[in-house]
Amino acid sequence: MLLVKVVGLGFLAAVALFAALPLIRTDNWWGLAIVLAVTALAFYIYLSPRPVPLKYLLPGTLFLIVFQVLPVVYTVSTAFTNFSDGHRGTKEQAITAIEGASVKQVPDSTIYTLTLATDGDAATGDIVFLLADPTTQDSFVGTADGLEDLGDGSFEAASPGGKITAADDYTVLTVPEINARQDDITAFSVPTDDGAIKSQGLSAAFEGAPQQSYDEGCDCITDATTGNVWTADDSEGSFVSKDGTQRNLAQGWKVGVGFDNFARVFTNDTIRGSFLRIVVWNFAFAIATVAITFALGLLVAIALNNPLMRGRTIYRSLIILPYAMPGIAMYLVWREMFNKDFGLINRLLHTDLNWFGSTASSMFAILLIQLWLGYNYMFLVITGALQSIPSDLVEAAGVDGAKPFYAFRTITFPLLLVALAPLLITSFAFNFNNFSAIFLTSKGGPFPPDNPSAGSTDLLITYTYRLAFGGSGADYGFAAAVSVLIFLIVAAVSIVSFRRTQALEEIN
Amino acid sequence: MTTTTSDVPVATRGAEGDPPEVARLGSAKGGWFRRTGLSHLVGILALAFSIFPILFVVSASFNPTGTLSSSTLIPREFSLANYQDLFSGSFPRWFVNSLIIASISAAVSMLISACAAFAFSRFRFMGRRPGLIGLLLVQMFPQFLAIVALYLMFANITELWPSIGFNTAAGLIILYLGGALGVNTWLMKGFFDTIPKDLDESAKIDGATHFQVFFGIILPLVAPILAITGLLGFIGAINEFLIASVFLRQDDSKTAAVGLYGLIADPLTKNAQFGEFAAGAVVLAIPTVALFMYLQRYIVGGLTAGAVKG
Repeated sequence: MLLVKVVGLGFLAAVALFAALPLIRTDNWWGLAIVLAVTALAFYIYLSPRPVPLKYLLPGTLFLIVFQVLPVVYTVSTAFTNFSDGHRGTKEQAITAIEGASVKQVPDSTIYTLTLATDGDAATGDIVFLLADPTTQDSFVGTADGLEDLGDGSFEAASPGGKITAADDYTVLTVPEINARQDDITAFSVPTDDGAIKSQGLSAAFEGAPQQSYDEGCDCITDATTGNVWTADDSEGSFVSKDGTQRNLAQGWKVGVGFDNFARVFTNDTIRGSFLRIVVWNFAFAIATVAITFALGLLVAIALNNPLMRGRTIYRSLIILPYAMPGIAMYLVWREMFNKDFGLINRLLHTDLNWFGSTASSMFAILLIQLWLGYNYMFLVITGALQSIPSDLVEAAGVDGAKPFYAFRTITFPLLLVALAPLLITSFAFNFNNFSAIFLTSKGGPFPPDNPSAGSTDLLITYTYRLAFGGSGADYGFAAAVSVLIFLIVAAVSIVSFRRTQALEEIN
Repeated sequence: MTTTTSDVPVATRGAEGDPPEVARLGSAKGGWFRRTGLSHLVGILALAFSIFPILFVVSASFNPTGTLSSSTLIPREFSLANYQDLFSGSFPRWFVNSLIIASISAAVSMLISACAAFAFSRFRFMGRRPGLIGLLLVQMFPQFLAIVALYLMFANITELWPSIGFNTAAGLIILYLGGALGVNTWLMKGFFDTIPKDLDESAKIDGATHFQVFFGIILPLVAPILAITGLLGFIGAINEFLIASVFLRQDDSKTAAVGLYGLIADPLTKNAQFGEFAAGAVVLAIPTVALFMYLQRYIVGGLTAGAVKG
């Protein structure tokens, strides 16, 4: 007992130390304060004899807060901003980026030999330029903060002043890694006193002067060559062309936009039309999935609940097999069974149907897949519930002369519904946001020709995913707003149904 | 909805012979078909429906040509070529990653939610009811829509603590633990409530601490529901695709679900890769199916106890 406590608290202290060291190294005092406060709280809870329930709740609650509640809070707050590609950072960052991007080579530009590298992991670390000046034979590292000398002996180069091949603390990128981060590299520049250093191809960089520069006096950006002026609009987070002849600068900054994102759902004609259609199908999809899986599960459960029948265990184990199969892989297998050219279903039926090509057949295929994946679970649960219904009730009805079907309809079925209502509601809530069911099968298609962003089998969640991560630039603010709406819909439906089944009132 | 209404009467025809009491009341008199024939018919149809996609994957995985277009329901030829291809690639690594991530996160979240369920079931404290309802509500927020937030958060974590950042199993595991208290706590609490309190009270009178009550008395009694939540957690983590696909980008850190998706993601090559994919799906199914069969005796009772109690 004491030993468990000592070991547990020792582990806790070790975790706290692990968490604290990098925070100290990076001068992140707020983070450190939070780590210390949480650790102190945990020590108090486990050393003091009083807060017994908290001793059991703390671990789960901590994980819940950090990985579910905080992201949800962040998402809700994002819904009120214009956070999107081009509107990620602060205004200062936007200005630096605009000036950096407009850097042009001038006649006396210094040319460096460039090695592309990252600070940390090749796929996610910040881009850095390892630069060698062939004339002065000096070596530098260029980061988003500026240019620094590389210390002697901390790097290797092909020749003095030649291309750098390795450097301490940095990961030199290979060609495939460079290709993967092409956009980051193109956008990257190292600010210097005279302008900035930009890459030119994969192995050279030049120092040039910015063509567009920010003037604090007029809070605007002026292009030195064309003379165009863009004024900062702090409510929109963009630099707007002063005389209206030019487009807004692509690089803006993140600002709060109030309820604009929510308003867009209801006022923008394209979005409003498809949004309503998607909501209707989304409800139909979730309700139909629950209904058909429940119906088939009930039918099979009742049929197999026959004590006179032999081999029930074998039937049962084989019927529930799909439930144990990896769902992700099985969605893909079904998708390929419905494949137009090579699919098993077209071959067996001797048809040439493009299943995911028309709305009706696409919906049919999706619901069939849902039925296959879901009815086994319902079957299992209903079997259990059937066995827990007291048999004397049905027996008494039988003695009173009730026909079996009548007894089922008036006694067994209502009891089943009461017992399984919470499960049906959670099943509804889960399927309402069943991303894989759509994303891995029809991908939301087929798409109407006039609106390639909202397919006819899209759920709100796949539609939102496309908005947030889809091809035409990420719009996180708007996607977050739609997530909040989804949450409100699901929560409202669930709370109302829970209320009606009185499941919540019975918490004791 | 039409399916339900048309299906229920059919369902009840099967019901005539089933509950023991009804059988005793006279339907045992009927012919073979009325007594068990109908049950067998429904059972066989359901079985065929359940089995045929699985049969297709298994036979595709043994198909020597390894293409989607030549895969049939019943294997014509038998070859292990697809499995050889599979195991000479990155799959063994992905598979091990999947097993590590799924078993650790399932075991730890089982323990965490058992602790929470114990607190909710046995203690009365401030914030208990709001806590339970709050748990239900948080679950309804589409978790992965918070993926942008999670991504930004883990970008910071990767910088500070690379060992639990992107492309690490540890990072993904602690992220999955965020969902440990969720539906599972409800399911378990329902089960815990069915265990008479007299048990813990008499143990307490004999001088047991709450810690001894929990580990010594309650946990052994709730083994079925522990098995269920462990199994559900394991299946869930093996199947988790979206977050894993965003977080695990390096080939050797991928889970099997992410890796297999990649195998047939390209429409140009997926016909040719299908056999290898099918072999991967079969191998991936082995641990879950085995666990499922092993725990089967707990499953029916466990799921419904939780479900009935809500």
